[in-house]
Amino acid sequence: MAAIWVYAEVKDGQVGPPALELLTKARDLGDTVEAVALGSGASGAAGPLGEHGAARVFAGDDEVFDGHLAQPRVHALHELVKEHQPNMILFATTYESRDLAGRLQARTGSTLMSNANDVLGPDRAQTQIFGGTKVVDVQLEGPDPKLVLVRPKSFAAEPSGGQAEVVPVQAQIGDDLKTAKVVERHEEAAAGPQLGDAPVVIAGGRGLQDPKNFELLKELGGAIGKAAVGATRAVVDAGWVPYNMQIGQTGITVKPDVYIAIGISGATQHLVGMKESKRIIAINKDPDAPIFKVADLGVVGDALKIIPQLTEELRSSG
Amino acid sequence: MNVVAMAKYIPNPTGTPEIGDDFLLVREGVEGGLDPGDEPAVEAALELTEQSGGEVTVVSMGPASAMDAVRKALSLGCHKGVLVTDDALRGADAWVTATVLSTAIQLQEFDLVLAAVESTDGSTGTVPQTIAEILGVPALSFARKIELKDGGVRIERQTETGYEVVESGLPALMTVTAGATTPRYPTLKGIMQAKQKPVEQMSVADLGLSPDDVRPTQKVVGIEDAPVRKAGEVIEDDGSAAARIAEFLKEAKVV
Repeated sequence: MAAIWVYAEVKDGQVGPPALELLTKARDLGDTVEAVALGSGASGAAGPLGEHGAARVFAGDDEVFDGHLAQPRVHALHELVKEHQPNMILFATTYESRDLAGRLQARTGSTLMSNANDVLGPDRAQTQIFGGTKVVDVQLEGPDPKLVLVRPKSFAAEPSGGQAEVVPVQAQIGDDLKTAKVVERHEEAAAGPQLGDAPVVIAGGRGLQDPKNFELLKELGGAIGKAAVGATRAVVDAGWVPYNMQIGQTGITVKPDVYIAIGISGATQHLVGMKESKRIIAINKDPDAPIFKVADLGVVGDALKIIPQLTEELRSSG
Repeated sequence: MNVVAMAKYIPNPTGTPEIGDDFLLVREGVEGGLDPGDEPAVEAALELTEQSGGEVTVVSMGPASAMDAVRKALSLGCHKGVLVTDDALRGADAWVTATVLSTAIQLQEFDLVLAAVESTDGSTGTVPQTIAEILGVPALSFARKIELKDGGVRIERQTETGYEVVESGLPALMTVTAGATTPRYPTLKGIMQAKQKPVEQMSVADLGLSPDDVRPTQKVVGIEDAPVRKAGEVIEDDGSAAARIAEFLKEAKVV
């Protein structure tokens, strides 16, 4: 039977939800499920990884992994792959894991599939194309380990109640792999609930006409209470709001209870990141905007008029 | 410094793509051009060489029509081009693409290789990193601000929650986010000059690669329509839309 690995990103000694989602899926795919975590506090992250199905966690706590871009981590991961020969490694589609998986492929010569939404077996995965309108079934060929980058939130994380054995990873990293140094770290997180977790997401696009109109969305978010504000790629590229607010193919995938799309036409690149939302409300001037094809409630009208009215309505009734 | 800018020819992003019986994208008779996502990287390459001297070589892989993408980059000011085109590359996956492009790049003199974060049509987003590993250089990914510093580069690297400042020596590869630079438009003079600039067209054999080297590692075995989300109620705002939305939010129990 197959050995499935999950690469678990560690930040400040914590593992994020994507690794736990992937471990939950990995339990269906193989009889050996193990995780690799590289970075300060990796050993300490073994608890949740074990609870979600990892029998062993290969943990490298060395700070060399935090202080550099992907090369030291790729080297350590490749050494582990050579020694233990897993059949498949699952990564989450994140900046760190894209760098890691891309480089690892050059060393293993094995296949690497991006943007998977489902993994059907140790050599089979699915992705969606054309804005999620087509499901593509892909056979993974060539040498092991098959490498698959899976979009976050493709699976629900469910604990299985296990405990992981921690296997320390000794890092022997040459100076030639330490040339790209991380010299500063900055957080630009917004106040309030995070986009990925908020039960209500309010997203703005080009139709808002001016960056300052994002204030209207924040005010609406305040009136709703448990809402986060996001944006389309077009307005992020235009510099209206920071990149960490971007929802879509590039950017964050959200699945809130209610998604409110304001001045968003519904480009495929955006739909991929939000069409699994439970309920979708769209406000747009253009009655032919593709966003109306996925909306449960579509409003053809001027968002700049409607949003302040809605904020007022919620404040007075709340 | 000498810079290689990677450029991809893609079908017109506003068109309606079609899949053929072989599960490959239909490319015949489809308009295309330089991936707009490549333009910030091309612009960065031009600005860096304008600051420090040196040349920009555009490297591309694609059908013969991909020459349009190479010429577009040349019209913006890149100095020369390499286009790898070969029937054997139809249906190339990420591994084959990285193998071919890294081999072509190794034939160039470079201090820096610049690429988009991902292509607009495929969105794979791992090919530059694989190329960096083959070349044995760091991949300064997701750069949103770029400057030359002490014979190396210093970038702001986008992260999920903010950004990092990364410093690296050269040679290196860098992926450039949209917004990192403001791409210029081609001038008439640039378009005329582009026709005279040297472009080397190469096959897989010219690169010294064998058919085995370019065999895809992924096979599409089926394509189905995704479950369609049903469109709901669409109303025209007559002044009552805000009240209707408020009611919808209450029904959803989020207010």
